[in-house]
Amino acid sequence: MSTRTLPLLFINLGGEMLYILDQRLRAQNIPADKAKKGRWQLIYTRELMKQELFKPQELYSKKALRTVFDRLAHASIMRLNQASMDKLYDLMTMAFKYQVLLCPRPKDILLVSFNHMDAIRDFVKDTPGILSQVDETNKQLIEIYTPLSGGEFQLIRQTLLIFFQDMHIRVSIFLKDKVQNSNGRFVLPTSGPVPYGTHIPGLIRIFSCSGEELRRMQFRDGGNYSATLREGSFEMYGDRVIKLGTNMYSVSRPVETHMSGTSKNSSQHTKVNTTPNPLAKEELNLLARLMGGLEVQKSTNTDSGFRVNLFATDEEEEEALISRPDELSYEVISIQATKDKQTNAALAKIMGEFGETSEPAPSSSSKGDDLLAMMDGL
Amino acid sequence: MSKMYHKEKSIQLKSSASALYNNLSVLRIAPRCITYFTVVHANVVNMVSASWDGLNYSHRQLQSKEGNVATSSSLIMQAAWCVLPSRDLLVLTSQKGIQMYESDGSIMVYWHALDTPETPTAKAVFARGIAAVREKYICVGVSSGSVLVFDVPSKGSNITLSEVLEEHKEAITDMASECSGNLECIADLVSADDSGLLCVWKSGEDFQLLNKIPGFDTSCSSVKLWKGTVIAGYGTGQIRLYEGVTGILLAEVNAHARWIYSLDIAPFTGLIEHMYNECVTDTQICGARFCDGDGYAFAVTGYDLSEIIRYTQA
Repeated sequence: MSTRTLPLLFINLGGEMLYILDQRLRAQNIPADKAKKGRWQLIYTRELMKQELFKPQELYSKKALRTVFDRLAHASIMRLNQASMDKLYDLMTMAFKYQVLLCPRPKDILLVSFNHMDAIRDFVKDTPGILSQVDETNKQLIEIYTPLSGGEFQLIRQTLLIFFQDMHIRVSIFLKDKVQNSNGRFVLPTSGPVPYGTHIPGLIRIFSCSGEELRRMQFRDGGNYSATLREGSFEMYGDRVIKLGTNMYSVSRPVETHMSGTSKNSSQHTKVNTTPNPLAKEELNLLARLMGGLEVQKSTNTDSGFRVNLFATDEEEEEALISRPDELSYEVISIQATKDKQTNAALAKIMGEFGETSEPAPSSSSKGDDLLAMMDGL
Repeated sequence: MSKMYHKEKSIQLKSSASALYNNLSVLRIAPRCITYFTVVHANVVNMVSASWDGLNYSHRQLQSKEGNVATSSSLIMQAAWCVLPSRDLLVLTSQKGIQMYESDGSIMVYWHALDTPETPTAKAVFARGIAAVREKYICVGVSSGSVLVFDVPSKGSNITLSEVLEEHKEAITDMASECSGNLECIADLVSADDSGLLCVWKSGEDFQLLNKIPGFDTSCSSVKLWKGTVIAGYGTGQIRLYEGVTGILLAEVNAHARWIYSLDIAPFTGLIEHMYNECVTDTQICGARFCDGDGYAFAVTGYDLSEIIRYTQA
């Protein structure tokens, strides 16, 4: 559907990821010097602000996107076990799903994105190099998205909602705040300010042929709405007004998910991507380009690395891995680039051939083939 | 005396409804005492046939098959029945093109491919907006703003593209044909787009543009045409009624606090007054249809919901 969806998905999910990891590191009391507090945020931010994303393209499968975030999470010396990575991704996706659903207008998704960008900028404000990358990306967001019409934003929203279809993972912080029900569905309030540009429901006006108002009638719409707030700012800096997309975590508000309570009937999970290959060729090309330059940190030196646990204890983490329901497993393609020298060399060769151009090389489909063949052999 | 509606037993679906405009189509088959419902889920159309006694339900799922490709991941934008005097066809519009099936979804009788570019463009390409017009036309909208007019014979698969109407500049959102049954109405078809522009047409060998009603900077997502009156639902939550041929604004309703996704009228009621409202808790509604011409019953679908919720008059 919309070919402008991927950047918003990536940046908003990435923003949530930074919020969650930041909270977990504080909760785990990782010593400041060991965490090298700013560093992992810098690395992730650098990887999030990839220009590749802004090319018009179809939204990628859940699998491909999860693989990208897996790689991203391992780009710094931070280590996450499978269970923690699964949970991290659950939280990221449910948070953004919530934000997309609750946005009063489709265009407000852009304000949510700006909230994430504002927070990301704050994380990296002391590092000019990365900060300028963030500013660049922000400028691109403004350039590409502010001219879009409401209808085009609605299409983006509809595309995102297809991506999030049928995801009902329960998140503790949402349950506590009563924004999510115990069946995993989000609460949709029928009160509060109406979206910018909308009138409070209830008025019917009848006009004559000459355009003058003949009469008015009121009806009760069953909601309890109030006048709209002012519109948020779509500039580089400004008050976004909308709170969705700001950091809802703090040390005292932990991140937890419940694995049960998702859809009762698992046969309802109709997969969107029915192609026989695990990933379409274009997706592999994107993956290759996004991973190019991502230094995979060796985890051999335990002193320099540190493990982030998304659960309260190691035992809980292990238990979560074992008990994760099948229908919630993320099928991630694991590309062990560091293990096999020959594989690594092949991958490096493919990376090298991509260069800096945003247009894919004419034989890019064969690069996808190479990568696919390589993965089949793993 | 307005009558209240009450909630009936829901109809279960094989998969949940996607957040798409007008995501519910209803076909009432009186001779067989059944009603068909279709709801789109990503690249699949869920079809349910429900017997009027409420005892029998049967399900079918259609995937958007394009041309020769057996399976496809092209997303479906809309599915709707087109009722013509001689036949009913189920029309599917997707990112790749338009498919027409026999009304029970058993056989595909026609396939029209859209010009999809090699590499994706900034503007998405898809077909959306479906209407059966008079005796022999099926009109389908496209993301470019074009309206494709197909000539449909009384039987068989010799369906042809007879005309392309180019008035809209933005993506077509919805289309509707005159539903009152009144053959004297001049206007046969109304098309709506993302800018809120409404075009009113008279059908024929060459379709004739009768009027263009400009939008007010907001998308019109759902539209109906009844006795020459255009009823349009907008992204601002407003419903507006226009006299189609003249463009005169007849009424304006601040109906909803969110973007309207679907709008329907019961053609035999002749009412335009507020009767009833209901809130489907924690559900974003994406399809709403009367199940019969008298407005006795209506049904709604919601995003992520795997059921069709029904209401009938007490």
